[in-house]
Amino acid sequence: MNKEKKSLIQSIADGNVLYTIIAIVVGFIVGAVLLAIIGISPIAAYGKLFTGALSKPKYIAWSVVYATPLILTGLSVAFSFKTGVFNIGAEGQFVVGTLAASVVGVCVTLPPVLHAVCCALAAMAAGGLWGAVVGLLKVKKGINEVLSYIMFNWIAYYLSNYMVNLPFLENEGNVEATKNILSSASIVCPEWITSLTGCSYTNWGILVAIVVAVIIWVIINKTTLGYQLRSVGFNKNAAEYGGINSNAAFLKAMAISGALSGLGGMVQLCGMSYRISQFAGQEGYGFQGITVALIGSSNPIGCIFAGLFYGIMKYGGTKLTLINAPSEVIDIIMGVIVLFIAVSHVFKVLLTNRKGGKKK
Amino acid sequence: MRKKLFALALCAVMVFGLMACGSSDSTSTSSDEPYKIGMVTDTGGVNDGSFNQSSWEGLSQLGEDYEGLIEVNYLESATDSDYSANIETFLDEDYDLIIGVGYMLADAIGEAADANPDVLFAIIDDSTNADKENVACLMFEQSQASYLVGYVAGLMTESNVVGFVLGMSTTTMNEFGYGYVAGVLDANPDATVLQANANSFGDSATGKSLANAQITNGADVIFHAAGGTGLGVIEACKEANIYAIGVDSDQSSYAPDNVITSAMKRVDTASYEIGLDAYEGNFTAGVHTYDLSSEGVDIAPTTDLLPDDVLTAVEELKEQIIAGDIVVPKTQEDFEAAYGDVYELD
Repeated sequence: MNKEKKSLIQSIADGNVLYTIIAIVVGFIVGAVLLAIIGISPIAAYGKLFTGALSKPKYIAWSVVYATPLILTGLSVAFSFKTGVFNIGAEGQFVVGTLAASVVGVCVTLPPVLHAVCCALAAMAAGGLWGAVVGLLKVKKGINEVLSYIMFNWIAYYLSNYMVNLPFLENEGNVEATKNILSSASIVCPEWITSLTGCSYTNWGILVAIVVAVIIWVIINKTTLGYQLRSVGFNKNAAEYGGINSNAAFLKAMAISGALSGLGGMVQLCGMSYRISQFAGQEGYGFQGITVALIGSSNPIGCIFAGLFYGIMKYGGTKLTLINAPSEVIDIIMGVIVLFIAVSHVFKVLLTNRKGGKKK
Repeated sequence: MRKKLFALALCAVMVFGLMACGSSDSTSTSSDEPYKIGMVTDTGGVNDGSFNQSSWEGLSQLGEDYEGLIEVNYLESATDSDYSANIETFLDEDYDLIIGVGYMLADAIGEAADANPDVLFAIIDDSTNADKENVACLMFEQSQASYLVGYVAGLMTESNVVGFVLGMSTTTMNEFGYGYVAGVLDANPDATVLQANANSFGDSATGKSLANAQITNGADVIFHAAGGTGLGVIEACKEANIYAIGVDSDQSSYAPDNVITSAMKRVDTASYEIGLDAYEGNFTAGVHTYDLSSEGVDIAPTTDLLPDDVLTAVEELKEQIIAGDIVVPKTQEDFEAAYGDVYELD
């Protein structure tokens, strides 16, 4: 394990990239087979997918808008991975993040920029709290975080559905949604930029996501906190033997991870949706974040690219129905990719064995 | 080994890249463009067994009937924030008429209509855009159909307890409730209506448990106006072997021995008609109301489980409603003036 010494570029070009590319290729092949079985030309479908997401500056802008919240939830999951925690609760933290941002965005009057910043802080606080509570349960009572994360997802889900109908937040129109946030809380770019890109929801969120990704990279790789978190992630007992308080590390990691998901929620709310609708089902930003983190090999910078990839797939995927291909094929492709990244260990073993048992 | 694999992977990526390029050349070469109609679903998706599906059935029928002349397509919205993106996709592909299914799309359709005065829009179940010159608002008198099925429920119940499961307490959805309760009470003044709000259109487990609670309390006919949640209601009725009443489309196929009727909302007819009107150049903006007289709402054609006297009573009622002799309440005020405050979900 000589990861610490690797430079940024090297860590992205880590061996994981190879397996990720294999997984992505396999994902597309499986998708192609399924498409062919239901009688749709994979070439036409993939053509539509990529031209639909990338062939015009406008489409690229939309893909980026779709990618932004996923980069942040991806970072959230990746960050928790470093400490050995599987943040399957990003979904719930995202939801409470949108809720907090929505309350501040609707009920507080502040000048532009400052208002958006307050929304972001509220969202991060809410998401962080949501993650920290699960952390407390883990640290104090030894409750497995995966269980409480999943339960907290549902608590957030129903809390949101409850809050949406509260009089102070409820939309006056005939819709099941909150009021739109005030325009001062919006992070959508000024009109000359949106008219330049052609995408009316081009927002500053992507810059936020990139800056946050770099900050997270620095925290993980260049700070004492990051060192502590990673040591706990590698081996909790060894870290404790070395004098690191592993409980405190878990709490910090889970709170920061939650705050990142919460920020993702704020970016989605203030940059695109403006309102929270009554959920019919979980919207999946948090779960998609898990995929992003896996594709990005839990590397913060990798998450940016993985998030963009998912954004392209998601936005391009919405257009598949235009050529009568089911948009669900995207979910299948992403699922296969995750599966193959998860079992990439098996490939590593197989490959090294075939080489005559030579270890890496 | 690694290098070899890497090279292989790169090759694969390139091949895929080439495939993608190849296809982009082969599309968009048709000589005379058909009239293009696009439909954006709400978060229920196109297979919701409810109004998204019904609307798409109407449109795809139109596409079949006018093959080569009219092209129809749909885009599904996974979340609330997809509406604008989907509408923009249709605008980008030069669609002539864009239909938004459901009132959740009201804001998105309104914005797009303002920004694109040359494109026609239609929206189902919403009238907030009625003042725009390029938006048709397709409204349904769901209270009338609910009244009819309520009347059926009132006649069919033996325990004098009937149930009602609502998907969401909104102005539009409560019209189902007012009509239904009014129908039940007009048919059977002694009947009690158990009412529950599932607060979700997509949660069949909740629908089932709410229905089970009502069955435990003696309900022997349950009507749902709850989209996908209602499928759970029908399942509960099937298991308890009591009567269920479906909504939006003829839901008899879900439980042929239990679903006695359905409050039909002919979203398919409405979509078909607005599409055809737009194609023929007869598009009119503003509110289009679909009621009993225009067969925009009705009770389901499947009536195998209903005795003849109930059917004749329903037919008579229909005529009276169409003639205006019976006015079905569809607002809280009208309802409470006639029946008192017995509707609990508003």
